[in-house]
Amino acid sequence: MGIIKAVKLAFDYLKYDEDGNVQETQRAVDGVDIDIKEGQFVAILGHNGSGKSTFAKHINALLLPSDGTIWIDGINTSEEPELWKVRQKAGMVFQNPDNQIIGTVVEEDVGFGPENMGVPTEDIWKRVNESLEKTGMTAYRHHSPNKLSGGQKQRVAIAGVMAMRPKCIVLDEPTAMLDPNGRKEVLAAVHQLNKQENVTVVLITHYMEEVIDADHVIVMDGGHVVMEGTPREIFSQVETLKKYRLDVPQVTLLAHELKQSGVDIPDGILTTEELVNALCQ
Amino acid sequence: MIRDITIGQYYPAKSVIHRMDPRTKLFGTLIFIISVFLFHSVAGYAVATLFLAGMITISQVPVKFIFKGLKAIFMILLITMVFNILLTPGEVLWKIGIFTITKEGISMAVRMAIRLIYLVIGSSLMTLTTTPNQLTDGLEKSLRPLNKIHVPVHEIAMMMSIALRFIPILLEETDKIMKAQIARGADFESGNLIQKVKNMVPLLVPLFISAFRRANDLAMAMEARCYHGGDDRTQMKPLHYAKRDHIAYLVLFAYLAVAIGFRVMGW
Repeated sequence: MGIIKAVKLAFDYLKYDEDGNVQETQRAVDGVDIDIKEGQFVAILGHNGSGKSTFAKHINALLLPSDGTIWIDGINTSEEPELWKVRQKAGMVFQNPDNQIIGTVVEEDVGFGPENMGVPTEDIWKRVNESLEKTGMTAYRHHSPNKLSGGQKQRVAIAGVMAMRPKCIVLDEPTAMLDPNGRKEVLAAVHQLNKQENVTVVLITHYMEEVIDADHVIVMDGGHVVMEGTPREIFSQVETLKKYRLDVPQVTLLAHELKQSGVDIPDGILTTEELVNALCQ
Repeated sequence: MIRDITIGQYYPAKSVIHRMDPRTKLFGTLIFIISVFLFHSVAGYAVATLFLAGMITISQVPVKFIFKGLKAIFMILLITMVFNILLTPGEVLWKIGIFTITKEGISMAVRMAIRLIYLVIGSSLMTLTTTPNQLTDGLEKSLRPLNKIHVPVHEIAMMMSIALRFIPILLEETDKIMKAQIARGADFESGNLIQKVKNMVPLLVPLFISAFRRANDLAMAMEARCYHGGDDRTQMKPLHYAKRDHIAYLVLFAYLAVAIGFRVMGW
């Protein structure tokens, strides 16, 4: 069993009328089976309303399944009375950098998680120093978060999660509100954590370029898992992806179009170099 | 105008005052406020001025930042002064129509002005040298005895620190919404008072919606980071009195003694 395992996971959003009775239910996640191994970098793709964020919130026990089961590092979230123990194992970074920073000084914000966990004071400082180091934010430790760029704020948020020493980080569209530079910055930090600290990463995104370096890609649509595989396997199916209203990286699209018009190149080209090599052969 | 209030705006520096325990600074501010009301002579205000000037120098906060806070109370100050000058009975200096300006009125107005200005400068100095988090930590610890009578001290302190953190963000947001509405033809400038208030509706509705959305996001982010109330919570920067705090308390008590002394002597 991997670090995150979901079996037939389903979740209903309930809509209540004025008397508090359930008026209608909307199934956001339906029969999802996922098994993520420790140390993997997994990307979850999907169009708006595909259920990817709802699924992500289950990993952190912010939502509990309406049906089915999800285990985080062996803990069944539906049966755990103290949910913050699950949250300690799976940290979460959200989309809006402003709305997830609690501290008024960078280092105080990074220390917020360990404080809640009841870590002794000296240990908190050790953790804060370490995670600021790992995300490259040590130089900004005494700054106010309001004065940082979007990418820097997201790195602070990542540092805040790292200070809790989770086994797994879930990033819910962490780059959606950032400029291209900030996006690169955040992704570099995440990849580094994945490689050096062996933290399992679940990256939820709709930027295809961010998915190329993942170990495993899961495509969701209408609450179901519709495709699963390595980035190369996924992106060689350009037509299927289009059906789910997803784009492929520009290079892949170009290669696909070239192949359609009769140029002899392989499927699933992901980078510019690969395309150049394939064309020069 | 709201932008000029310095309360909640930390000025980072490494002075003795910055490193002092927030409880000491809270107590110090209280003492200073009391002293401002105890003094009522030129000599007394001179002592208060000296004390304040000394503190500002030690704090290494540029004077510019300290005076910024005064802009916001300028109107209150003006109104207080005008009322005091016109409505205090006593020895008449000038009489213009129904208005009389008295000697007592002028001295009262000046006194009130000095008190108001010193109040704002004193509390600004505290907030400029203390991060809001430290400040709420200080309040939380000072008020902890109230927990026994079921006052949710930790929760109140947490709410305060979050409110302080979001003030600049919401101000920025207000600015953005205002510009967006002006671009679509909204008018916030003209009309009488009632019309102006009515014109605020297209500003306030989006602001409230966005504030609620932020609150929702923040609550989720806090939960995701294991926040579960004040029980079993440790602190990254627990409060400890150091030698400088003991010295500060001595200085503060000496200052209070001087203030009481002045009052008793009637200077």
